Amino acid sequence: MNAAMQSEPERTAHVGRPEVRVTPSRFRNAIGKYILRRSKACVACGRCAELCPYGVHERSGKTMARPKDYRCIGSACEKNDFYCVRQCPQNALSLRLNPILEVLGDKRWTPELLISTWYMAETGKVPPGDMEYKVGDSGGGFDRMEFCFPTGKALDLPDDEFDLSIPLNKRRDGRPDLEIGLPVYGGGMSYGSISLYVMIARARAYQAWNSFTCTGEGGYPEELYPYDDHVITQVATGLFGVREDTIQRVRIVEFKYAQGAKPGLGGHLLGDKVTPAVARMREAVAGSALFSPFPFHSVYSVEDHKKHVDWIKHINPRVLVSVKVSTPTDVDMVAVGSYHAGAHIIHLDGSYGGTGAAPDIAKKNIAMPIEYAIVKVHNFLKEEGIRDEMTLIASGGIRTAYDVAKAIALGADGVVVGTSEMVAVECIRCAACESGRGCARGIATTDPELSRLIDEDWAAQRLINLFAAWRRQLIDILKKLGMRDIRELVGRTDCLRHLDYE
Amino acid sequence: MPKKYHIQTKMAPPRFAPIGKSTILDWEGGCLRCFKCVKRQCIYDVYNQRTFDVRRMADTIDSLCKNCLRCVQSCPGQVITKVINAEYKRLGDSYWTPEIILKQWYQAETGRIPVSGAGYGGSFAGPGFDDMWTDMSEIVRPTRDGIHGREYINTVVDLGRSLPCLRFDAAGHAVGDAPKKIEIPVPIILKDLPLGSLSEGVFLAMAEAAQAMDTFMIAPVKEWKPYLEPYKTHLIPLLTEAEIDTHGELIGGVRVIEIRLSDVTEARLSRIRAAYPDVLIMVRVRLGERSGEEALALTRAGADILHLCADRNGNVESENGSRFVKDAVRSVHMRLVEAGCRNEITLFASGGIAMAEHVAKSIIVGADAVAIDIPLLLALECRLCFRCEAGLSCPVEVENIHPEWGKNRILNLIAAWRNQLIEVLGAMGIREIRRLRGEVGRAMFFDDLERETFGRLFGKRKKRESVGN
Repeated sequence: MNAAMQSEPERTAHVGRPEVRVTPSRFRNAIGKYILRRSKACVACGRCAELCPYGVHERSGKTMARPKDYRCIGSACEKNDFYCVRQCPQNALSLRLNPILEVLGDKRWTPELLISTWYMAETGKVPPGDMEYKVGDSGGGFDRMEFCFPTGKALDLPDDEFDLSIPLNKRRDGRPDLEIGLPVYGGGMSYGSISLYVMIARARAYQAWNSFTCTGEGGYPEELYPYDDHVITQVATGLFGVREDTIQRVRIVEFKYAQGAKPGLGGHLLGDKVTPAVARMREAVAGSALFSPFPFHSVYSVEDHKKHVDWIKHINPRVLVSVKVSTPTDVDMVAVGSYHAGAHIIHLDGSYGGTGAAPDIAKKNIAMPIEYAIVKVHNFLKEEGIRDEMTLIASGGIRTAYDVAKAIALGADGVVVGTSEMVAVECIRCAACESGRGCARGIATTDPELSRLIDEDWAAQRLINLFAAWRRQLIDILKKLGMRDIRELVGRTDCLRHLDYE
Repeated sequence: MPKKYHIQTKMAPPRFAPIGKSTILDWEGGCLRCFKCVKRQCIYDVYNQRTFDVRRMADTIDSLCKNCLRCVQSCPGQVITKVINAEYKRLGDSYWTPEIILKQWYQAETGRIPVSGAGYGGSFAGPGFDDMWTDMSEIVRPTRDGIHGREYINTVVDLGRSLPCLRFDAAGHAVGDAPKKIEIPVPIILKDLPLGSLSEGVFLAMAEAAQAMDTFMIAPVKEWKPYLEPYKTHLIPLLTEAEIDTHGELIGGVRVIEIRLSDVTEARLSRIRAAYPDVLIMVRVRLGERSGEEALALTRAGADILHLCADRNGNVESENGSRFVKDAVRSVHMRLVEAGCRNEITLFASGGIAMAEHVAKSIIVGADAVAIDIPLLLALECRLCFRCEAGLSCPVEVENIHPEWGKNRILNLIAAWRNQLIEVLGAMGIREIRRLRGEVGRAMFFDDLERETFGRLFGKRKKRESVGN
């Protein structure tokens, strides 16, 4: 399955610090928006390969290779002189919309968002042509917002002049002043819910971007030790795999109170996924389902919560503490409570995200979308005079670079992502993460055979590429807004327009 | 601790090959005859289980395939693709969407809560029940243990009147009798079906399910046949004014009756009460412009239960345009709250209740419980093709079901719904569904959130048609 990857000529481009390397799909037939067919009339004159700037056509020995049509910009190309379908002397090429789009994706992750994310993960570049890579079709929230760019303020400076880093410790409490290179870090995905290879790939990618991945609640595999400085470990309600050693290894510990996909319902790893290795890590019995209860059985007040935060800070004097909560009506009060308990980061997980399995009723109905929660918490922390001391992180429905920028403009300092990483390593969002042996595409599985479908180098590079493309877009947004630092964008709702408002 | 209420579930496979969302399209032209065909490598093994029902044109792969697209993406000849199933798109209508129908089928078959990965893929918000979210608590009791049975989350609701206050005589003894009350262990009763290819088998399945769950089934008296006699303690005969006089014996033998509201109902309530003191009287009120006042009058006239009905899609038509059942129920509830008598009466809501979340949301806006109809038909495999309404044959022969199978499917569905209610209650930290009634503070409404957050930032919202498309 990796044959395509090896035959790919090495084309490299520097976008930011980590190196972008073209990393095609693991599958023979990558899915694109268009289908471009070459008929038998082709005489392999090579004209199409000379013309196409997107790398759709390539020669393979004496014949032309099958078109890489997932790179084709389709009907948007008709206006170009190099439009291969018109230029082919033999009329051997035909173009149409890929009919599979109809069965792909959903309102939040439209087929075009999936395809454009795959494109970015392969190339590290912003998709060309008419591909929608900014918003989905959910009819509200981020999908109905856009930036209003002022005229005449755009900055014409090289990319290196723009700063996308954000601080994670704003308390000035003597603990390290951590910064991450992008306003993005990785959400908690446990060993057990995703394969070890995917975990390692995430760690590598975030190391490359000087950011963090998160172990989720399921233990700290030894294979992650080389990446300690870029790992957040989670203390969640089941306390699976939490040891003194794991707390001392890392620079950030995350308390998970709730998760947006199933707020108030805890976690649940189905028995099938509890392999002997997973069971060992979690100190549990193989084959038995594991419940992470809700809530912390030792936390029934903010004072109890503070006790927990103090406990972690005592065990590891250099650690920062993040508190991950969901988005109930009183999310603003929860955030203030976390500040007083001594947390550095308040991490809001909105209701439409999540990577693992959750009851459909919970995903759709319980707790509010992240777009509202960011505004509520940002404003409330400001009113309380503590906004400058807290790092506000948003997650649960951040799909694109534009979502990142909009979340920040609404009031977040940065975001946490999960699903977009999964899509980058070719999750197709079939939502059958829990069926049988787990993910058919080798991502959310602990099955030894299935998890081998993912090569960690391949996956790490795809993630590096995705973030390179995101960085490109974030810098473009800053340029157009006349800002040099992503920190200037925090809370700048005046830069946004909501299409449903007059 | 008393024995916990539990609805027994058991796998009940459909009688006909179900309709899947998409279908595999594969063709021979271009097939390279690979030794290791991708179809043999399917991790769900759907190709080896594939059969085709010629008469019904049903390919089992439609419902077995899990859309991982590995075969599509790996076939060297590119001779496999997936396309949307035209029959899927034709299911139901704009309210009873194919997605809702398939989810109810799944629950009726398995008795399980629908669970899936990869976040929520639907609209941001939408019309009807989709413009509200329910709350959760970060730090609460009961814990998730409640959901898994170690702590108890109660779904019992009371039917009947409550006294506004106790009265005492000079000696300090309570005066008067407490009104009769009936408890049902789930906030759901089975309503008479508005359509369907109905038969003795269907009615028996419903009656047996109602009895097994210890709830009620509403049965119009014209369908009241001797075979229903053994279930009459769990049946609610639905009567017109005229039928009350001619069905004295029947009314005397049941615990609850339902009367269709007419001009004389209010005046006759006390006479019916006197004639049948042990029978609870439910009045069916068609939701409309005046239902708040009607509800108040009926409450004062002594009705025990009001059954507020919208049409089957939850619409309430009135001179001032149409409203949704949720909003209409909320205003009736509020009218009774304002009049200080909400606690004296039980409110049922019906119409447009299609999923478990609609039960929770109906209760949040002020109903005590709900009555459901079309979901019962879906449990019996109905495809909502509406052919029966035109007098045509039923493609899944609902009329021929075995009552035992039908009962099993209905129990599965309602067990799954109840478990979802418990999830919602558990997330909020509420241990009693009775406490959920009217708790709009534990819900978040689209309009309010938009106004409070985006309204402050972006000004005035345009007209609503764009919400959720």
